[in-house]
Amino acid sequence: MKVLDLSVDGLRHINKTLNALGDDGADQHWAINNPMGQHAIACGLQSPVEVDINGHVGFYCAGMNQRAKITVHGHVGVGVAENMMSGHVRVKGNASQAAGATGHGGLLVIEGDTSSRCGISMKGIDIVVGGSVGHMSAFMAQLGHLVVCGDAGEALGDSIYEADLFVRGDVESLGADCEEKEMASEHIDTLQDLLTRSDISANPREFRRYGSARKLYNFDIDKTDAY
Amino acid sequence: MCGIVGLYLKNEQLRTQLGALFRPMLSEMKSRGPDSAGVAIYRNATSSGQTKFSLATDDPSYDWKQIDVGLESALNCDASINPIDTHCILVTNGPEIDVRKWLKRNQNAVRVVGSGSSVEIFKEVGLPDQVFDRFQLDAAAGTHMIGHTRMATESAVTTAGSHPFATGADLCLVHNGSLSNHHRLRENLRKEGLEFQTENDTEVAAAYMTWKIREGHSLRQTLEQAIDDLDGFYTFCVGTRDGFAVLRDPIACKHAVLAETEDWVAMATEYRAIATLPDALHAEIWEPKPQTIYAWGDSA
Repeated sequence: MKVLDLSVDGLRHINKTLNALGDDGADQHWAINNPMGQHAIACGLQSPVEVDINGHVGFYCAGMNQRAKITVHGHVGVGVAENMMSGHVRVKGNASQAAGATGHGGLLVIEGDTSSRCGISMKGIDIVVGGSVGHMSAFMAQLGHLVVCGDAGEALGDSIYEADLFVRGDVESLGADCEEKEMASEHIDTLQDLLTRSDISANPREFRRYGSARKLYNFDIDKTDAY
Repeated sequence: MCGIVGLYLKNEQLRTQLGALFRPMLSEMKSRGPDSAGVAIYRNATSSGQTKFSLATDDPSYDWKQIDVGLESALNCDASINPIDTHCILVTNGPEIDVRKWLKRNQNAVRVVGSGSSVEIFKEVGLPDQVFDRFQLDAAAGTHMIGHTRMATESAVTTAGSHPFATGADLCLVHNGSLSNHHRLRENLRKEGLEFQTENDTEVAAAYMTWKIREGHSLRQTLEQAIDDLDGFYTFCVGTRDGFAVLRDPIACKHAVLAETEDWVAMATEYRAIATLPDALHAEIWEPKPQTIYAWGDSA
């Protein structure tokens, strides 16, 4: 394993080094020590490299990730894995707001809880949360899956377009145009696959599924007053 | 923007290092608030019957000796002063209400920025490290501190508009955010007899809390009512005699993080302000929920 020390090497050197790996990163394993809550660590990686961040990080960690497998051994600040395209980001602790925001692909696993707006405007990312999520999670979600093994806060899936939301615990309230859906065998299979790939142990039959009622989906001239 | 930080030391052995542990916390929030900085430190509790005042002036030539000599002869009381740069800590056994009246009538250049038995408030325009140096806080010992670095949005960059704002005996407030109903609220509070030194929105929140506590509400009741009465964005940290309390507005878009170990409890706008505390790597770290009161210490 190759080791980088953020307190010595600095953020730009670390991100440049990891960014330069390209396809050569496929068999490489790097560690970043002393992250000290700094922002934008391991952002924009395009290499299938494995990265372990040993400590708590600040905002936008692992943002725009493509192909890399990044594990944070600690807490993450706002916007972890925001706009992720592909790859795998795993958080061993809790996450702040907007985890996985606008993500297009890849798998984000948070072993602890996330704060509000988890998966806001998600566009294809899969997010699996071992704990609970805060209010306005999956706000304006467009595609992908959000799995919550604990509870969901107020206004889950507000103004949702598409995306499947699976929640095992209580949902404080559903947002506008979000409704409970049937949990058919295909959904249980999908959920089991997500849990397996996330290495999170839970029985998919204990979850309920939520999604778009599609009433806000198209502009309706007869409902102008409601908009 | 703005950055807020709070630190309570559970481990008594760390309390001699309070200032040294707190400095990097405040300093790390420089980029969130370079306009002014301020702290409240809880230390050196007074004896029974005494009140400690934190005083500030904008007049660099002001002679603080006028205070203790003047008070002793006017109120027939004991008074001692400890001037530090633009601030002065006054300890007296004169009745608090009479001391305030005397200061208002006789010392126009002086503002009372805090009072109680142990709180001391220091705040100035400038970067947090400069403020920390000016008030000689590196060697400060005590149980807990809260602090603020300000990026001014709602009112002028002045010492008077800097945080923390006092909200009662040994109580003070730091705020990240902006309130939207502070004009109306200020007018209502003026009718209740509260006075204002600035156009600052946080001063209104502090006056609101002062009023509620004066009316007999506990700090917890006050904060619960603030959720209904204050509009806008806020993460508040309230310093109390024996700890601090944290409250976020219902939308919670202003950042906040809490961390706790066996030795300390800390809050900050961003975790990086907490990262330098001893064994922060193994702290329990989480984001406080909206409209939920988190409090450490009995008086909350």
